[in-house]
Amino acid sequence: MSVTTFDLVQSSLKARLRRAERMQRLRAGLLVLPLFLFVLLVFLVPIVILMTRAVDNPEIADNLPRTIEALAEWDGTDLPGEPVFAAFAEDLRETQKTKNTGLVGKRLNYEISGARSKSLQAGRAAEKMESGPYKEAFLALDPLWGKTETWSAIKRAGSPTTSFYLLKAVDLQWSPAGEIEQVPPDQRLFVDIFIRTLGISTLVTLATLLLGFPLAYILATLPPRHSNILLIFVLLPFWTSLLVRTTAWVVVLQTEGPINNLLLWLGLTDEPLQLIFSRFGTVVAMTHIQLPFTLLPIYSVMKTISPSYVRAARSLGAGPFRAFWTVYFPQTVPGIAAGCLLTFILCLGYYITPALVGGPSDQMISYFVALYTNRELNWGQASALGAVLLCATLILYAVYNRLVGIDKMKLG
Amino acid sequence: MKKQMMIKGSVAALVAAGVLATAAYASGSLTVVSWGGAYQEAQRNTIFKPYADKTGAAVKEEEYTGEIAKIRAMVESGTVSWDVISVDTPTALQGCDEGVLEELDYSRIVDKSKILPGAALDCAIGSDVYATIFAYNTTKFQEGPKTIADFFDLEKFPGKRGMQKNPMNNLEWALIADGVEKDKVYEVLGTPEGVDRAFAKLDTIKSQVVWWEAGAQPPQWLADGEVVMSTAWNGRIANAIKEGAPLQIVWDAQAPDLDMWAIAKGTPNIDAAYDFIAFASTPEVQSALAPSIPYGPTHLDAVALVEPELAKTLPTHPDNLALAYPFSAEFWGDNMEELRARLNTWLAQ
Repeated sequence: MSVTTFDLVQSSLKARLRRAERMQRLRAGLLVLPLFLFVLLVFLVPIVILMTRAVDNPEIADNLPRTIEALAEWDGTDLPGEPVFAAFAEDLRETQKTKNTGLVGKRLNYEISGARSKSLQAGRAAEKMESGPYKEAFLALDPLWGKTETWSAIKRAGSPTTSFYLLKAVDLQWSPAGEIEQVPPDQRLFVDIFIRTLGISTLVTLATLLLGFPLAYILATLPPRHSNILLIFVLLPFWTSLLVRTTAWVVVLQTEGPINNLLLWLGLTDEPLQLIFSRFGTVVAMTHIQLPFTLLPIYSVMKTISPSYVRAARSLGAGPFRAFWTVYFPQTVPGIAAGCLLTFILCLGYYITPALVGGPSDQMISYFVALYTNRELNWGQASALGAVLLCATLILYAVYNRLVGIDKMKLG
Repeated sequence: MKKQMMIKGSVAALVAAGVLATAAYASGSLTVVSWGGAYQEAQRNTIFKPYADKTGAAVKEEEYTGEIAKIRAMVESGTVSWDVISVDTPTALQGCDEGVLEELDYSRIVDKSKILPGAALDCAIGSDVYATIFAYNTTKFQEGPKTIADFFDLEKFPGKRGMQKNPMNNLEWALIADGVEKDKVYEVLGTPEGVDRAFAKLDTIKSQVVWWEAGAQPPQWLADGEVVMSTAWNGRIANAIKEGAPLQIVWDAQAPDLDMWAIAKGTPNIDAAYDFIAFASTPEVQSALAPSIPYGPTHLDAVALVEPELAKTLPTHPDNLALAYPFSAEFWGDNMEELRARLNTWLAQ
């Protein structure tokens, strides 16, 4: 094509090129769209809803609206007056009809132990109250209604959003005087559990790295004929169900299981060791399950490292250790970073393995999320624990990003 | 409306897979949900199959471990695929209070006066009486433990013990073992000093306790020698004994409780659900359960239909019932939250 012709068509060509590029981008966008929608619907939306559950507080606000309105005037020093009790009676008559007294009682029970049955009792009594004075009637019914703390708890629980669950997730609560304080020592639990969750995850991550790194090196350097067979051994457990592998560990580790029998037979111990229902068992089983997650990124990064670098270092006079440490190892860091982060974050959410192999002092935060979701039906608390864990994870991720640099990470 | 949407959304998110999978066959056949294991197998042979044979209706079975959350999730999202559910008493009371179970119309089931007192609740009807007891491995002791105090006696009966990871029953037993009279248990446990006393008693065996959560664990651990004695549900132990495990039940301070039938609120199969519960509540069907698993009937006419030899192995037998302590579901409705937190804090120490 001659230069003159080129000049003539240049502008239209550019436009056509742009159009073609736009079409391509659009097509690429369309291809990504299903995944984007999928992530949005099953990942981002539920997380946002979960976060709102942690502060959502509709039970009292929806069911005792008159009482809450009447309490707005109350200063909290003395027992509230007749109008509050009258409103309370009217609200309870309503909840008896809508069958929501149980919900009210359940919510109050979080603040005051024993309030559940007393609310149900009050609901039944309110149905029979024809006219006032209501205050005396409630005071005669149960001493609970004659305490100022009860009414400040109802007032506090009456706002449509609450910090109650989030505070409790870090072992804090509102005192009757309206200040944030620690919960009583015999109820202090979650801070320790969060620390334990992070501790176990760190331990498992380090264990998988120590075991996985040399293995990955061997796999990456052996001729494919052998390394493929070895890789199958790594992947085989990876393809087995998590539950099956955990149950297998229960069998192996139990008091009269093969490991203990072997140790007894060898005379290394006089009585069976407590391997199962212990921290040791939990870490061992989790390390086994997580090993491929740490190993595979390291392995695939190692595969890309040319052996000529180390050879060059050696020929230039570096010893075997120096050549490894200054030339080879730094090139594997992106794989290590990716593998460790993957394992660490997966470990934070472990539930089945600690539940089956661990003892009561090895349960991680997911256990309590499940407990509150399934047994206690306290979804606010479950969401709050999840929210705190998510925040802690994001903070750790940010710190990690600072230290290692997420752009340096490589999955292969 | 918006709120409803949000609740629906979050429920869908929480149980997405489960609900989606089960919603597909929400109508047509009747879905009965029970506790799995030896118990559900006994129910299958004595209730589900005979019912299906008699009516020609297909009975679809599901298993769960008593999580009321699943029922609530279905009811709130309006995709109820469980019709009849076997629940325990605390769940029946809680489910009724929170409006996730149908209020029962007894005229469609059975004459209420024929049912064991306390077994005909607003939202659930007792199907059988089981008990939480403790059992031991007979090969581990020359002479086995006889009372609940022996369970807490590490000197006379050394070895690991299994206990349910739940404050319910365990705190009562700790107090009884510590010398509190059986009918005064809740008086003592209702005070902060009483709770401290119960935990102090548990402290004495804490190092030797392994905590179970599924009903199948205690018989397994006892047979494997993982523990020498364990609290358990009596039927699970009885069935392990039937299969040849060297176990023995101790009835002292047994905690009898009810399994109950309830209907999930808003099920499209409500007529079939009533029909099923009415069938399951007849004396003939009830008395057929005990030979498969030693749980006692709740229909008063069914008691006489159980063979005398077999009746001795039921929690409802007068000899066994005399040893029971008066379990209070009401107490746990009020105090479960706080005492469970206390137990978990104590366990983590």
